[in-house]
Amino acid sequence: MTGALWQEALQALRRDRLAMGCAVILGILALAALLGPSFLPHRPDEIDWAHMAEPPLATPGHWLGTDRLGRDLLVRSLHGLRVSLAIAFAATLVALVIGVAWGAYAGFRRGRADAVMMRFVDVLYSLPQVFFVIILTVVFGRGPLAILVAIGAFGWLTMARIVRGQALALREREFVEAAIVGGASTGRIVTRHIIPNLAGPVVVYATLTLPQVILVESFLSFLGIGIQEPLASLGNLIADGAADMETAPWILVVPAACLTLLVFCFNFLGDSLRDALDPRER
Amino acid sequence: MRYKCRRMHTVAFIARRLVGAIPTLALVVMLTFLLTRLAPGGPFDAEQALSPEIRANLEAAYGLDQPIHVQFGRYVQGLLRGDFGPSFKFRDFTVTELIAGGLPVSLTLGSLAMLLALALGIPAGIWAARSRGGASDRAVMALAVAGISIPVFVVAPLLTLVFGIALGWLPVAGWRAGRPADLVLPVLSLALPVLAFVARLTRGSLLEVLRAPWIRAARARGLPERSVLLQHALPAALLPVVSYVAPAAAAVLAGSLVVETLFGLPGMGRHLVQGALNRDYTLVMGMVIVYATLMILLNLAADLVYAWLDPQIRRGRRS
Repeated sequence: MTGALWQEALQALRRDRLAMGCAVILGILALAALLGPSFLPHRPDEIDWAHMAEPPLATPGHWLGTDRLGRDLLVRSLHGLRVSLAIAFAATLVALVIGVAWGAYAGFRRGRADAVMMRFVDVLYSLPQVFFVIILTVVFGRGPLAILVAIGAFGWLTMARIVRGQALALREREFVEAAIVGGASTGRIVTRHIIPNLAGPVVVYATLTLPQVILVESFLSFLGIGIQEPLASLGNLIADGAADMETAPWILVVPAACLTLLVFCFNFLGDSLRDALDPRER
Repeated sequence: MRYKCRRMHTVAFIARRLVGAIPTLALVVMLTFLLTRLAPGGPFDAEQALSPEIRANLEAAYGLDQPIHVQFGRYVQGLLRGDFGPSFKFRDFTVTELIAGGLPVSLTLGSLAMLLALALGIPAGIWAARSRGGASDRAVMALAVAGISIPVFVVAPLLTLVFGIALGWLPVAGWRAGRPADLVLPVLSLALPVLAFVARLTRGSLLEVLRAPWIRAARARGLPERSVLLQHALPAALLPVVSYVAPAAAAVLAGSLVVETLFGLPGMGRHLVQGALNRDYTLVMGMVIVYATLMILLNLAADLVYAWLDPQIRRGRRS
């Protein structure tokens, strides 16, 4: 049953040219971030004293120009992309694991356990999240791990809600009842029967969580309370560019375009995936 | 008689929501306090070569030598009197003074941005829905998708680059006693993402409402299209937009951190960023508590507008 659903969804997605375009662009960006820096002749912290703040295409070897310290902008952007993507995937994974486990358990157990667990989610939901993420980065110091903790602490809430709703519905299905009658333990039913059948909404929501996480991380890094030098994410690079935009606007434009493209493609792909997996849309 | 009854209903509704906001606010205060005390190191670690005596004196002066529940009690007592404590880094100011100075700037900025987003976003959405599938529809929607994907910290520098530097029409940064020209770019940067989302939301919801049977009934009665659209369809179509106002306000408040830092505006957001960079705990705590209060009040206001627009709630028939 699930196999057929996925096949149909993939077919619908393949017909969607824009969504496929976004998938291809994301693939290229991810590959470039992963492999690009090793194939380029410069290191991200390498200073070219002869070519400082050069515009794109002006100097051979620096295709996208250099920043005010003579560092190659292409390599720095690819590195920033790598940092942003790594944190986004790690934080989304954290959100995924906590959210799915929490939601599936609450939805399956129902009753008081469900009420208490979802009340906890409601309470965290009512907090102003961005500001608590800032407090957490202040508390845990700055750097990749602190950001991961800070974003992960709130990222799982929506996932838990979605999964719980699905789990409540799944619990009524015959195969789950059969497993209960067969004497399977709660843990086994949740891991073997509930969670595998949640794949659709979980994949869609994870795809839509990625751009959110990228934005929060870049937001913090832009303000200087996220990733710290010498490591740089796209947010740091945009902040650098904004500081120099009067004399060298390309330092701003290159990472800004990179981030926008990334977020747009993830959002668009996530929306298309949701439509493709929704039987009512067909 | 019925009128009075309805008013009682509204008052009870507001009272219930205000009381409901108290636990959330208490939780915000408690969590911010505990989290900042959880942090490794004290506020005076950055300053080098403090002798133990001086450190002990400093900690005694700020009450940091007391057990944590005493500190918390003192902090809450202060809060109730409107005293957010001293700033650890801006020695000449209390946090209350910094908030009092920054809040008007941030509120001006935020409310202008929200007004602009709603005043342009809703008509844009209506316009797009009316010409569904047409060129103006596609143009509005393409702009909306772009607006949603470009975050404030990219919009703001790019707008400055174009209108401030390349064209030279507007001041790039600064705040000269709230001169209107200084506000244009910050407000625009904050409003654009929200505007885009409001336009998309209005269009989608209006298209959905226009399919409803009671709209067909209104048309069958021979009402002009204009009044069908604006008087019958629009109030119902605006409900999702009203629900979006609170998250939008949260986004605007978060965006104001970027905008105030970038344009050098003396608002709360810039103080919060400075406080976070300096690990100035009392400042960060105070700012977060004020922001949380603002958001709770905005949520309440949005709920009231929602109740006023939704006839089912307005007439007290809450199903």
